Amino acid sequence: MSEVDVRNFTINFGPVHPSAHGVLRLILELDGELVERVDPHVGLLHRGTEKLIEAKTYLQAVPYFDRLDYVAPMNQEHAFALAVERMLDIEVPRRGQLIRVLYAEIGRILAHLMNVTTQAMDVGALTPPVWGFEWREKLMIFYERASGARMHAAYFRPGGVHQDLPQALIDDIDVFCDEFMDFLVDLDRLLTENRIFKQRNVDIGVVTSEEAWGLGFSGTMVRSTGAAWDLRKAQPYDCYAEMDFDIPVGSNGDCYDRYLIRMEEMRQAALIMKQCVVKLNAPDGKGPVASTDGKVVPPKRGEMKQSMEALIHHFKLYTEGYKVPAGEIYAAVEAPKGEFGVYLVSDGTNKPYRCHIRAPGFAHLSAMDHLCRGHMLADVTAILGSIDIVFGEVDR
Amino acid sequence: MDETVVVDPLVTLGEHIASSLGDAVLSFEVAFGDLTLNVQRDSIVNVATFLRDDPKCRFIAFVDVCGADYPAREFRFDVVYHFLSPHLNQRVRVKLETDEAAPVPSICDVFPGANWFERETYDLYGVMFSGHPDLRRILTDYGFDGHPLRKDFPLTGFVEVRYDEERKRVVYEPVKLTQEFRSFDYLSPWEGTDYVLPGDEKAKN
Repeated sequence: MSEVDVRNFTINFGPVHPSAHGVLRLILELDGELVERVDPHVGLLHRGTEKLIEAKTYLQAVPYFDRLDYVAPMNQEHAFALAVERMLDIEVPRRGQLIRVLYAEIGRILAHLMNVTTQAMDVGALTPPVWGFEWREKLMIFYERASGARMHAAYFRPGGVHQDLPQALIDDIDVFCDEFMDFLVDLDRLLTENRIFKQRNVDIGVVTSEEAWGLGFSGTMVRSTGAAWDLRKAQPYDCYAEMDFDIPVGSNGDCYDRYLIRMEEMRQAALIMKQCVVKLNAPDGKGPVASTDGKVVPPKRGEMKQSMEALIHHFKLYTEGYKVPAGEIYAAVEAPKGEFGVYLVSDGTNKPYRCHIRAPGFAHLSAMDHLCRGHMLADVTAILGSIDIVFGEVDR
Repeated sequence: MDETVVVDPLVTLGEHIASSLGDAVLSFEVAFGDLTLNVQRDSIVNVATFLRDDPKCRFIAFVDVCGADYPAREFRFDVVYHFLSPHLNQRVRVKLETDEAAPVPSICDVFPGANWFERETYDLYGVMFSGHPDLRRILTDYGFDGHPLRKDFPLTGFVEVRYDEERKRVVYEPVKLTQEFRSFDYLSPWEGTDYVLPGDEKAKN
């Protein structure tokens, strides 16, 4: 038999492939159907967020954070708000902290619902996204009722949150949590033991704990390897310390473990939301929702009609803004996708000198080559789905 | 009455790192609850390896690499590294100074996750990393010119793109703003703060 010329294929995956989750371009080098090398090209959604923030005041920078991971917008604002608050040394009132935790958990469910169901779609199931998006819509209505916007909320602001929640909204969230638990049972029945779903995800994209830390993984990616690391427990911010919840961990570090962890995190998030609702309804959960320091948090409209001082504060805060003491800080939150950090450098003026955004998806996507090497072409979409990337935050 | 001096664990940790690494660490400080080490540029690989492997540190988790630009300085760029120790539950920030020409040793061999973050720093600031396996641009467009996060790079950029129907391709043109870019400077002294406003230190008492 004569020798056959074997050559590798190089194919383009994306940037408009539906399972590329946005605008990812992957250059795949294939040996038959085996993936030899993956070279992700990112930056197609680069908007220069960090540069723009340098030209804005601290308050004007908040809405840019909604547009990073636009699947869970408020979790990003949270990191920025914490960074500015730590530099200004201001305390958020208890009700403000509770509302933040409540909405951060809504964000977590939003992101995980999106991820779990679209990952199922990536491996061939069409029903889960239809179910999941119905519930996402309900959560986005809660966003809208709190902030006026379904997605780009600009609701968590340095010092607290923008507005108080109406009581009817708190009651509706309470009802939602119970109904959502039933929905999770349905979703669980639909996916968890599904033969095709398991065949496509078990033992795919395996990563060990040591590798995960060195690759800069965080959140679900590192928990799937067995490390019980969650910033909400390890370095609690706002009032997470008083919440009672569990951290699910995996043991295999594969796509299926990551799916199971996300499902359990949604249950835990709903439990945290229930606790927040109880605490918000308790007498010590009432009060202001943002710091009463008039030099940072603008006054309410009603107050401005009565008080000259409030009027001056309002004018100054919406023109000049507040000044942040010179220095640098790194503040991180446990966003749904992992550790979302903000490295903020202040030069003592009303604008950030440097605001670096550390997005979890960026580190996860950079490991695509490591995760996919030796897998089949079809596994690339399964791995891509399970690392949970959103291009808003990867490209910034 | 004896006064017990409470030592911040971060200060203890900083002293341990500084004494173990000797000349590599120029100084360290604790501010806003963060430990910052200022290190020599050429020793960053040693520092990163030590932080990862030392039994008292175990900063095994790579978090972040980024740049910052201070054009007035002799070495205008800071390269800022963040590491996390899940065992100590502490973070550390490592900073070094460089300029457009002086290369910074890449820490990709110590933390493989640094690969893209160093590419990003190169892309946005033009900091060179020596020993990096694949130092290409990452976030900006193919064929982009300049380093956009430098302070002397204008916010509006230099070129804009559009699809040309006649030539059936995307064309690059110099930026044309229909309205002049408006940059408001509202900065003015604000009473009631407990820090020195920029410029106040020049005033004679």
